[in-house]
Formats: sequence, C-alpha cells, structure tokens
Amino acid sequence: MGIIGADLVRQDAATLARAMAEGEVSSEEVTRAHLDRIGEVDDRVHAFLQVLSTEALDAARDIDRRRAAGEQLGPLAGVPIAVKDVLTMTGVPTTCGSRVLEGWRPPYDSTVVERLRAGGLVILGKTNMDEFAMGSSTEHSAYGPTHNPWDLERIPGGSGGGSAAALAAFEAPLAIGTDTGGSIRQPAAVTGTVGVKPTYGGVSRYGLVALASSLDQAGPCARTVKDTALLHAAIAGHDPRDSTSIQAPVPDVVAAADEADVRGMRIGLVRELRGEGYQAGVSQRFDEAVAILTDLGAEVVEVSCPHFEYALAAYYLILPSEASSNLARFDGMRYGLRMGDDGARSVEEVMSLTREAGFGAEVKRRIMIGTYALSSGYYDAYYGSAQKVRTLITRDFEAAFAQVDVLVSPTAPTTAFRIGDKVDDPLAMYLNDIATIPVNLAGNAAMSLPVGLAPEDGLPVGLQIMAPPMADDRLYRVGAALEAALVDRWGHLLIEEVPAL
Amino acid sequence: MTATHDTVPFAEAIAAFDPVLGLETHVELGTASKMFCGCPTMFGGAANTHVCPVCLGLPGSLPVVNRTAVESTIRMGLALNCRIAEWCRFARKNYFYPDMPKDYQVSQYDEPLCFDGYLDVTVETPDGPREFRVEIERVHMEEDTGKLTHAGGATGRIHGADYSLVDYNRAGIPLIEIVTKPIVGAGALAPQVARAYVTELRDLMRALGVSDVRMEEGSLRCDVNVSLSRPGEPWGTRSETKNVNSLRSVERAVLSEIERQAAVLRDGGRVIQETRHFHEDTGRSTPGRSKEQAEDYRYFPEPDLVPVAPPRDWVEQLRATLPEPPAARRARLRAEWGISDHEFQTLVNAGALDLVEQTIAAGVDSAAARKWWTGELARTANDRGVELAALGVTPQHIKRLEELVGAGSLSDSLARQVLEGIIAGEGDVDEVVASRGLAVVSDDAALLEAIDAALAEQPDVADKIRGGKVQAAGAIVGAVMKATRGQADAAKVRALLLERLGVSE
Amino acid sequence: MTSLTRADVEHLARLARLQLAPEELDHYAGQLDVILQSVARVSEVAADDIPPTSHPIPMANVFRDDVVRPGVRRDDIAAAAPAWEDDRFRVPRILDEE
Ligand SMILES: [Mg+2]
Ligand SMILES: [Zn+2]
Repeated sequence: MGIIGADLVRQDAATLARAMAEGEVSSEEVTRAHLDRIGEVDDRVHAFLQVLSTEALDAARDIDRRRAAGEQLGPLAGVPIAVKDVLTMTGVPTTCGSRVLEGWRPPYDSTVVERLRAGGLVILGKTNMDEFAMGSSTEHSAYGPTHNPWDLERIPGGSGGGSAAALAAFEAPLAIGTDTGGSIRQPAAVTGTVGVKPTYGGVSRYGLVALASSLDQAGPCARTVKDTALLHAAIAGHDPRDSTSIQAPVPDVVAAADEADVRGMRIGLVRELRGEGYQAGVSQRFDEAVAILTDLGAEVVEVSCPHFEYALAAYYLILPSEASSNLARFDGMRYGLRMGDDGARSVEEVMSLTREAGFGAEVKRRIMIGTYALSSGYYDAYYGSAQKVRTLITRDFEAAFAQVDVLVSPTAPTTAFRIGDKVDDPLAMYLNDIATIPVNLAGNAAMSLPVGLAPEDGLPVGLQIMAPPMADDRLYRVGAALEAALVDRWGHLLIEEVPAL
Repeated sequence: MTATHDTVPFAEAIAAFDPVLGLETHVELGTASKMFCGCPTMFGGAANTHVCPVCLGLPGSLPVVNRTAVESTIRMGLALNCRIAEWCRFARKNYFYPDMPKDYQVSQYDEPLCFDGYLDVTVETPDGPREFRVEIERVHMEEDTGKLTHAGGATGRIHGADYSLVDYNRAGIPLIEIVTKPIVGAGALAPQVARAYVTELRDLMRALGVSDVRMEEGSLRCDVNVSLSRPGEPWGTRSETKNVNSLRSVERAVLSEIERQAAVLRDGGRVIQETRHFHEDTGRSTPGRSKEQAEDYRYFPEPDLVPVAPPRDWVEQLRATLPEPPAARRARLRAEWGISDHEFQTLVNAGALDLVEQTIAAGVDSAAARKWWTGELARTANDRGVELAALGVTPQHIKRLEELVGAGSLSDSLARQVLEGIIAGEGDVDEVVASRGLAVVSDDAALLEAIDAALAEQPDVADKIRGGKVQAAGAIVGAVMKATRGQADAAKVRALLLERLGVSE
Repeated sequence: MTSLTRADVEHLARLARLQLAPEELDHYAGQLDVILQSVARVSEVAADDIPPTSHPIPMANVFRDDVVRPGVRRDDIAAAAPAWEDDRFRVPRILDEE
C-alpha cells in the first residue's frame, strides 16, 4: 500500500519510516504534516508546551540530505517524535510542567534525546505533564491541563498525558514518556495508545529530571506495539553516565514484536489486581482479552501476589521521600525562578518564597510527606517500612514468575475521568496507579495496550502486561499477538475509532 | 546567643576536669577529577569554570563514582588499621545551603567504607616522648561544597554581609572524612595529642600519595569536639568547633575550649551542645547555631548510586601498595641516623623528616643535612608561619650548598645568605651566588689590604695586640669582615692579622 | 500513629523551605494527616527479618575512571542564573553562624 495521497499523520512510524526509506515521501513533508496537525488541533488538546517548528524542519531536511547522500540511517530516521518535558534538551526550555523552571534552558542533552538525535528522529516539541511528574491526570501542570482526544472534557491520564494525547490526536506517531508509578502506562490506557515502562536501568536516566530516582524510568509510547518496540530499541542500552544503567545487551524487543506468538506461554492473572474497585467495562474488556490470549494458545492461570495491597502505601512513602530530596535543588539560587530577593530578605526567606510560588499544591503535599517520612524519629516506621514492603513485593513477583512467563491485569481501574473530578482529593487520585505501581517498586518491565472501549462510556480500556526484569521482549511477544488478534476482530486499530477533533 | 564567660587558666582547668576529645577531619583527595564527575579538582581556576551539569546539580544530572577516590579511601582506611566494609552505600544528607548545588550532600551515613581502626601518635612531654593510641571510628567518602564570598557589610564576614557570591569549582571535589572515637585520658596533653594526631594523618596521607594536603589552600579541615567532666563523673556536654584549618589551630582550639568550658562549669553554668566557629586571628571561638535547633538531615540511601562492595582481592591488592607506616619508618630512620629521641622529635616537629631523608639520599652527610633543616630553615619557616617544605628550598639546594662550603668557596654565613636568596625566589644556589656576588674572598693580598686599613683606623687596638693582648684582635677581624661584607673566612683573617703584627697566640 | 497538627505542618514546611500561607497550613494539615494515616499501614507487614530494598535492581561497584572531561561554558550557566556578579552566582545574605 503506497503512502502517496494518504493522510501522513494517521500512519504509524514503521510505515512512515519505510516510505521515507523508499523515497516515497521526505522527512520534511512528514514533519510539516505533523506540525500542521499540531497547529490545527493543539489549541484544544494542549499536548505540547513547546513546539520546535524551526528546529524540527531543520532536522528533517538534514535527514533528507543525508539519506540522499546515501548515508546508512537508523530504522526510525526522519520519523517525528514528541518528548515529555522532563528530559533535557540543549538550549530548549525544560519546565517539567512547573513554574519554578519557567524559562530554564539546559546546557546539555539527556541521553534519551541524544539517542533520538543519533537515530535521526525529528523532535517536534516538548509535551505537557503533571508538575514534576506528580499526578495521574496532567491537571497538575502549571501550564494548564491536557485534554483527552477521545473526549476533551476528560483527562488524558498522567503524568505523561501530553505524550499520550499527542499520539491519540495524531500530532506525533511516537512519543517519549517517563514512568515512576504508571505515568506511561496509565495515560496509554486512557487514550487507547501503547506504552512501555522498560526494566529499571534499561533506559538511561541521565537528563531525566528526577522525581523518584529509584522508580523513574523513561520509555517508548506509540500507537502500535511494533512502533513501541522500534522506539524502545532506539533509546535503550547501557549509559556510563547513569550508575544504575544495566550493563547488558537490550533484549531483542523488535524481533519479539515481529514474532507475536504466545503459543505455549504461561500467563498469570494477578488475583489482587482485578475485581472489586475496577469499573465494569474495564473488567469486561480485560476478561475478553484474556480469553483471546487463551484462544491464541497461551495457558492462563491465576496467581496471587499478597503484598500488592501494600504497594500503594509503600509507593506514597518512597516516592515523596526521594522527591523531597530531588526537588530541594529548586531553590532559586542557580537557575529558574527566584522570588522576593529585595536585598533585605535572607537566603532562607528567598528560598522559601521561591519554592512556595514555584511549586503547585500536589508538589508541596508530596514534599511535606517525604520530609516527614525521612525525619528522625519517623524514618523506621515510614520510609524504612516502605523499603521492606518493596522487598515483599519483589518476592511476590519472583514467586509469580517462577510459575508464569508474564502477568496481566487491567492497567487502570477506570477509564478517563472528567477534568476537575479528583484534583483536590489526593487519595482518590492515587488509586489510579494501583495496578501500575508494583512494577515500579520491583523494577520490572511492563506494557499497556488498548483492548477495547468500555461499553458504559465508550472510552478506551488498557491491559497491562508485566515481565520479569530484563525480559522486556516478553511484553512485545504477548502485546503484538494480542494486538494482531484485536485488529483481526475489529478490522482496524482501536485508535482509528477516536472521534475527529 | 550564649552568655560569655571568662576563661580558666589551662593548668587550673585540667586540675579540675578531664577533657574528652573527638576529631572529625575532612581532607580533599588528590584525584585528577571530582568525586562524581569529570571536572578538574585543580585549585585556583577562574570562578565557575571547573563545573558541569553534575557538580552544579543541574536537573537531570547523575553522579558516577570516581574509582580512584574509592581506592584512596580504602588505602587510607587500611593505613589506619581499619576494617573495610564488604558492602556499603552512599547516603544523602539533606539540608539547604547555597554552597551546596543539590541542597543535599552525597556522603556516607551508617555504612562507612572503613571503620574500627586506630592511629598511634607520639607527643613530647617533660618526661620524654609518650605514645597515645587514637581509635578511629570511621573513614568515609563525600563531596565538598562550593566556596562562598561574602560581600558588602563587614569585610568578608558572613555576619552583616549584604549578599554572597558562590563559586562551585570546589563543589564535588572528593573528601575523605576521618572520625575518631572519643579520646580519653590525655589530660593536660589533650591539645598536643590533637595536634599530633592531625599531623600524623597529614603525613600518612602524603606518604600514601592520596592527598598532598595543602593546608594553606584549606584542603584539610578539622572539626574539634570537646567535653569536660569532673574525674569519675559521666562525660559532659560537648561542643563542636568548626573551621579549624591548621595544625597549630587544632592545638589552640582544644586548649581554648577547655579553658572556656571550665569557666562555664566553674561558674555553675551549663555547657550547651552547639557548633562554634574558630578564628585564626584570635585563637578563640564564637558560638554558632545551637544544636538544639539543628537541622534534621533526613539521611537516606542515595538511589542514584549503587552500593560499593569491594571484593577482598581488590582490598588485598590495595593493601600491597601501602608504603612503610610512618611510625615504623621513624623508628628505622632514628636507628639509621643514630640520634637521640629528643633530637629526632625536633626533626619530626619541624616537619623535616622527608627533607632530611631526601637530602641524605642526595649525598649529604647526615649530621649536615639535619643541621641545615632544623637550624636556620626551621626558624625561618616558623617565623613565617609556613611549613618547611613550603619555603622553596629543596634537598638539591642543600646538596649544592654543602659542596660549595666543603670546597671553601662559601662560608656558613654566606651560605645563609644564599638560602635567603633562594627563599626570596632569586633562583637556585649558583644563581644566587652569582647575582648577589657571594664568594669567599680567599685572595691573601686583598685580605691584607683590608687588614692594614683596619689597623690604620684603630691604631690603639693595633698597639694592644702588639703588646700581647691577643683577645683584642676580634675588633680588627670584625672590621675586616664588615669591609668584605662577610665574604671572608674569619679564622683566616685572624691568622693573617697575627702574622702581620708578628704576634703568636 | 499520632496525627499531624498544624504546628507539625508548619515545622515540615520550614524544613522543606516552603513559605506556606496560614490558610494553606490548615488545608494541608487535614490532607497530609489523611494520607499519612493511610500509608502508615506499611508497618503492618514490615517485620524485623525483612531486608529493606533501596535499589530495585541489585548492582554494585559502578565506577568511572579518574579522567578529566570538559564541563559547561560559564556563559551558559551565567545566562540561566537569577543573579550573577563577578563570575559568581549572587545569592541573598546568609543568616547563619558566627
Ligand atoms: Mg562530613
Ligand atoms: Zn563537574
């Protein structure tokens, strides 16, 4: 099928890359089509905080020139991509969705951005997010919320709602997200897109502005499992600038996506991640997807992970603790916002005024929780106990993976809720991540992919696949098989059903 | 603010109270690059030029541990007879301060790399040298902070400054922190034990080559903890005096704090747990933040760095690189040179050991080598308040001086002038001799001319000598020495004079 | 677990360098207390014999060679600084020590 005459923005990355490699279309044309689309719809979606039109077109033309000169280019060369505004990019404002970093232009590239450039990808811009990645709805951005293309009144998930919405609105075929407790997977679930949190240490964190260092992981977002695998391969691998980066070859995720075969695989349903608390339509679509996996030749069994019920509590201690320390540097002394420096106020007052003005409510809440959990006298009961729960959850995973190859669950307990519904009810907001958090605590790899629309509201439902550390390829083997079966059933990808904006 | 008390004279204080000391010493390691990034550690660069995203704590940056810094710390731990952890982690120490780019310091907390060691030190007492064993609690790694300059208000002082300026070149330089266990039983020798301990640490680090310990650049900083108790009673509340940056100050800080606390206790007061700041100029400390309202550092394991688990064979390889321990080396040298404990201690106190050893190795006779370094040079260094090695005189200089003295072309007093010239930066021995025109006048004719002139000036003295009062010759010799600007050999002048006047001794 | 008071929140805010307004203190005191009560349940299963996990993937001994590498240009950091003077970051007066 030729691409000429087709709507470029509705193509997946693999198709665009092939068309560019075969000379059917130039990167400049593809890039311009996406920039035009952004210009058309982003005032309603608000996926982007920065659109880098000039830089993107320059990069696209450079790729076209190099291709014309016969240079050997990467598999995604010339394909446009959106990058979450939590990764540094030399000279381009990086805000992390916060006022405190307004106008800050980092003097260096994150490793992910460096690898995207090296792979010839064209960076369209920086996407919106909950401030410092704290949130599940992208309502906690200092620059206003992002809207879900399936229903503009609803949240696109968070914290990577901008990246997910950019995909669902056809503003970009690929995006980078980061996932500390579900910030790639939960937005993917509520926008009908695909997202992967790689094994902790699989993708370098250098240049990823830290929320919780022991949980954060950047990963690929796309509209198909194959595109996700291609992007995963482009950004993963050892980086000597990140001490926690894994020094081992990246599992062959692209080959696994191509194989798309679950025959003989053992798949575990996590008893603790279904049933009560999950929206009816979410459970229904999840059960149907599990039935498909059985039909495809997988053996599905139920497993129990008894300590998962403590995951949310452990996570909301570990994350704020690390965050309270990671965010201390935003003190108005070296970069970013400074408030109240009138020549009379002391450094302590200026720091406090700056942080008060620069941070939003959710960030302040978590900083105070973390400060409390680490303070002397409370450390053992809170932070120390949370780290023990982390051990118990890892052991649950180990026991489960002794029985099965992958685990599955719904990605999120509900479909996208309405903007404003939970914004000042932190505990209700935190429940969105109940199924995604255990993986971050244990360092595993996990994927979310769309498995249909909930009958009651017509909104997308995501299924989560979880694999052991360093077995990221299993996600793609299962995800690609399920995706192919669903496309067979529907005649198209779920994303084709997103309403016109 | 605390009330100021008088002080109690030291002897009186020690008669009434037993001091307990604790010393925390930070030393910058002599690595080429910083603890967690590739920026140079070189001192004296233009402000904010030895910086990168990591040591500036820019958002998104991550630390990676310098292997050489770990090796240096392990070697230091081994030299201090410590056990080396099989597994340990870095921790974050959280507090806000503008010289700290991340508003936390990467340090070690409850899992130090090295622990449970000791260091034997010797102090001079009226009854001869006495050895003390200082037990080491821990040796760990951490990063230095940036440097603040206070502007406006009172000159250069933090108090009353209008604002401050920060240079982050120093931020992230690897530090080794060495913490002692409480030092008890030193009594009146406490100040000397403290000084001897820090001196010994410095020498050890230099011998290991892990740091050149440039004290004048602030690369060694000591925090001195002192408490007093009445004999037989529990230890008192301790104070911590920071900012103690020279060997002499360590001694003075301990002494002055004992005198101060003794006065507080004598007056029925309570010593408060506080941080005090030492002032080099006055030799006294002033109170800082009270520990009662101190920061809660909220330590937790540094998630950006993986644990350090030194394999035992690595530790043994490092142990094999340790040089002869300074104490053993001293015993050997003392035996080789065949000198008394007292004379040896004078060499040690003058910081002359390495220099003398190197001078002897260069071929100078051992007595002569000792004479030069402990005599004139030690006095000059002391007067100027600098270390002997910092004078700019080298063992090679001494070797050349000795050659010239031995050949009779320099007298001792001329040799001293040559040293003055070297210290003033006028060049090496031959250059100073040439430029200052320093050479012994050995030409008899020239000396006789000067003798005749002096005799003509003081005819009465000439008569006395002729009359047999040989002791009066000194006045003429002195005049000749003056006339030749010291470039004559006084013994020779005297012999020529007596011969001239036909007088015998 | 004891419950969090307004004074506790004030203390936390000071430790964390947040200049909270009085009405914010009340608002946060209620919310933080609910959150802390909820997360406190981690201690139910945190038995003494369970080792804590600080790093999700067990690794050790990751080092770099002691080699000097180029840093950033001073002009770039100066441009980003809120206040800059005499090639240094200018910061407000420090009320401390001495
Ligand atoms: Mg320290
Ligand atoms: Zn650096």
